[in-house]
Amino acid sequence: MATVEFKGHTWTIDEDGFIDDFNNWNEDWVEYVKGTEGINEITDEHWKVIKYLQDYYKQYGLAPMIRLLTKKTGFKLKYIYELFPSGPAKGACKVAGLPKPTGCV
Amino acid sequence: MAFEPKEPQKKLKYKELRIYSDEELNNYTEEELKDFKCKHDIPDLDELEKGPWPSFVADAKREALHRRKLAEDRMMVGRDVVEDLMGILQLSFDHGETHWKHGGIVGVFGYGGGVIGRYSDVPEQFPSIVHFHTLRVNQPNSKFYNTDYLRTLCDLWEYRGSGMLNMHGSTGDIIFLGTTTEQLEPVFYELGHVLQQDLGGSGSNLRTPSCCLGKARCEWSCIDTQDMCYELTHFYQDELHRPAFPYKFKFKFDGCPNGCVASIARADMSFIGTWKDNIRIDQEAVQAYIGGELKPNAGAHSGRDWGKFDIQKEVINLCPTKCMWMEDGKLMIDNKECVRCMHCINVMPRALRPGSDTGCSILCGGKAPILEGAQMSMLTIPFMKCEPPYDNIKDVVDKIWDWWMEEGRNRERLGELIQRHGVPKFLEILDIPPMPQMVTEPRSNPYIFWKEEDVEGGWKRSIEDYRARHKR
Ligand code: HEM
Ligand code: HEM
Ligand code: SF4
Ligand code: SF4
Repeated sequence: MATVEFKGHTWTIDEDGFIDDFNNWNEDWVEYVKGTEGINEITDEHWKVIKYLQDYYKQYGLAPMIRLLTKKTGFKLKYIYELFPSGPAKGACKVAGLPKPTGCV
Repeated sequence: MAFEPKEPQKKLKYKELRIYSDEELNNYTEEELKDFKCKHDIPDLDELEKGPWPSFVADAKREALHRRKLAEDRMMVGRDVVEDLMGILQLSFDHGETHWKHGGIVGVFGYGGGVIGRYSDVPEQFPSIVHFHTLRVNQPNSKFYNTDYLRTLCDLWEYRGSGMLNMHGSTGDIIFLGTTTEQLEPVFYELGHVLQQDLGGSGSNLRTPSCCLGKARCEWSCIDTQDMCYELTHFYQDELHRPAFPYKFKFKFDGCPNGCVASIARADMSFIGTWKDNIRIDQEAVQAYIGGELKPNAGAHSGRDWGKFDIQKEVINLCPTKCMWMEDGKLMIDNKECVRCMHCINVMPRALRPGSDTGCSILCGGKAPILEGAQMSMLTIPFMKCEPPYDNIKDVVDKIWDWWMEEGRNRERLGELIQRHGVPKFLEILDIPPMPQMVTEPRSNPYIFWKEEDVEGGWKRSIEDYRARHKR
C-alpha cells in the first residue's frame, strides 16, 4: 500500500490505485486521479456517473452491475468509455472511491 | 469458396518488424543450457523436467538463460522475470498455496477486458515479478500462422514482456504471460496500430470466439466456421471489449460433430456443422475398404497390426443407433435414424461423406466446472442454415443475451440460468417448440410439459364434467 498526497489530503492506495476506504473519498480525489484514468476534464456527466455509483454503493455496499449503470444514467456503454476511458470498473469506480471490483479472468 | 477477410490484411514482415538480431536470438549454446542453474533453488520444478514429456520448466530455463545474456537495454521488463517466476512457483509448492494475489484490475484505455491483472504477494523475494499481468491476444481464425507473424509477436513480447507465451489459452487466445502496468499501453499500441492485431476478451464479456479448421482444410466441414467466427467476432466487437454481461460468454464453431474445438463442452453457445439430407455413399469405395485396398481411418491405426478390416464389427455394430446394414453387398443407412455421430464417416472417409444440405446445430449452456459442475451444452436448435451475414444466427444470439442480461444473476453462466428457470422457459424466450432432438432417448423419456393455457379449461376445470362421460 502506497500513500499519495494532494491539496493537503493523504490517501492510501493499493497497487491498482484504488483508495483503501470509501470514507476517505472527497472531491479533490477526483481531481487528483482523473489524469491516470485518461480524463481531461470532469464534467457534469462524469458527476452523474460518480454520484450514481456512490449512491448505489452507500445503499448496497457494492458496485452496481454495468447494465444497471447504463440504464440509470441513460448513457450507452460506449459513451461511458468516452467519459472514463479506462472503463466503468477500473475508471469510474476508482474515481468514485469505491473498493476495487473483483472480476473473473 | 475460400474464406476471405473483408478488410485488407496487413502482411507482417519480420524483416521489417524485428527487434532482435540473429546473434541476439541465438545467444546461448546447448552446452551453456546444460550448465544453467536458476538463481533460486527449484528442486520440484527440476523434477517436472524429468520423463519423456515436453516440459514448461525446460522451456522456461531456455528463456531464462536467453534473457541472462541479452543486453540490459534490450528488455523493458526485468531480466529475471523467468527465474523469479520459477522461484515463486517453487515457493508455492513448498507452502501448498499460491503467492499470486487475487483480482488485480488493470487495462488499456477504451477496453474493459483483454488484460488480466496479477500481483505477487512476496514482492521483496521476487522483485522482477511484482507485476505480472497477462494479455489475451485475439488469435487468427483456426490458428493459422506464418513464421513472420509468430516471430514478430515473440520479439514484441521479449521486448515488452516476460518473453513467455501460452499457445493457447483455453479460450483460444494467444496468451502473453507477464508484464508490468507501464508496458500495457505500449504493447496495446504496437499490437493495434503497428501489427493490426487485437486483444481478446476477459472478464464479464464475450470471450474471443474460436473455430476449427473448417473449410480451410477439412472436407467434413458442413459450415464455413472461419467465416462465421470472423463475422460474429467483428459484429460483436462491443460485447467483446466492453464487459456488460453477468459473466463470461463463449462462442465456438465446429464444422462437424467431430468437434475439434470441443464447442459442446466449453461454449455457452456451440455452433456445430451438420446436414439435413443423407450421408453420401460411394459403394465402390465401401468395397475397397472391405477388400483392404483402402485403409480404415485413413491409415491412422497403422502402427500395429489390427487384423483385416471388418465392416460389420468396426462400423455397423458401432453405429450408436444401429441404423446401418449390408444388403446384397451394399452398405445401407436408414438416415432418419442417424444421429450424425460421424463414426462411420471417420472410419471410411473415402466411401462416406456428410450430406450436402448443410447448416449448423446450435447448442447452449456448456461450461467448465465452477458453480454447478461441468455441463455440456444442450441441443437447442437442431438445424439452421448458415449463410452470410448470418442474420438468423444473430437473432438467436440477441434473444439469448436479452434474456440472460435481464434475468442472469451476477456470475451466472447461461447454462446455470437455464437450469434455474428450466428449459421450457428458455424455449419460450427463443420462441421455439420442444423437439425430440433436444431429449436423450425421446421415445422412452416423456419431455412434454403442458402449460395451463394448453389445457382446455385450465388446471381448475371440474372433474365432474369429465366423470359424467368417463366412469372411474
Ligand atoms: C509456466 C507456467 C504455467 C503453465 C504451465 C500454465 C498453464 C495454464 C493452463 C493449462 C491454462 C488453461 C487453464 C484455464 O484456462 O483455466 C492457463 C490459463 C491461464 N494462466 Fe497459466 N500457466 C502458467 C503460468 C501462469 C502465470 C505465471 C500466470 C500469471 C501470473 C498465468 C495466468 C493464467 C491466466 C490468466 C490464464 C487464463 C488464460 C486463458 O485461458 O485465456 N499462468 N495456464
Ligand atoms: C482439480 C484439478 C483441476 C481443475 C479444477 C481444473 C480446471 C480446469 C478448467 C476450469 C479448465 C478450463 C476448461 C475450459 O473452459 O476449456 C481447465 C483447462 C485445462 N486444464 Fe485443468 N484443471 C485441473 C487439473 C488439471 C491438470 C492436473 C492438468 C494437467 C495435467 C490440467 C490441464 C489443463 C489444460 C491443458 C487445460 C486447457 C484445455 C483446453 O483448453 O482444451 N488441468 N482446467
Ligand atoms: S470439427 Fe469437423 S470440420 Fe472441423 S476440423 Fe474437426 S473434423 Fe473437420
Ligand atoms: S454417423 Fe453415426 S449414427 Fe449416423 S450412420 Fe454413421 S455411425 Fe450411424
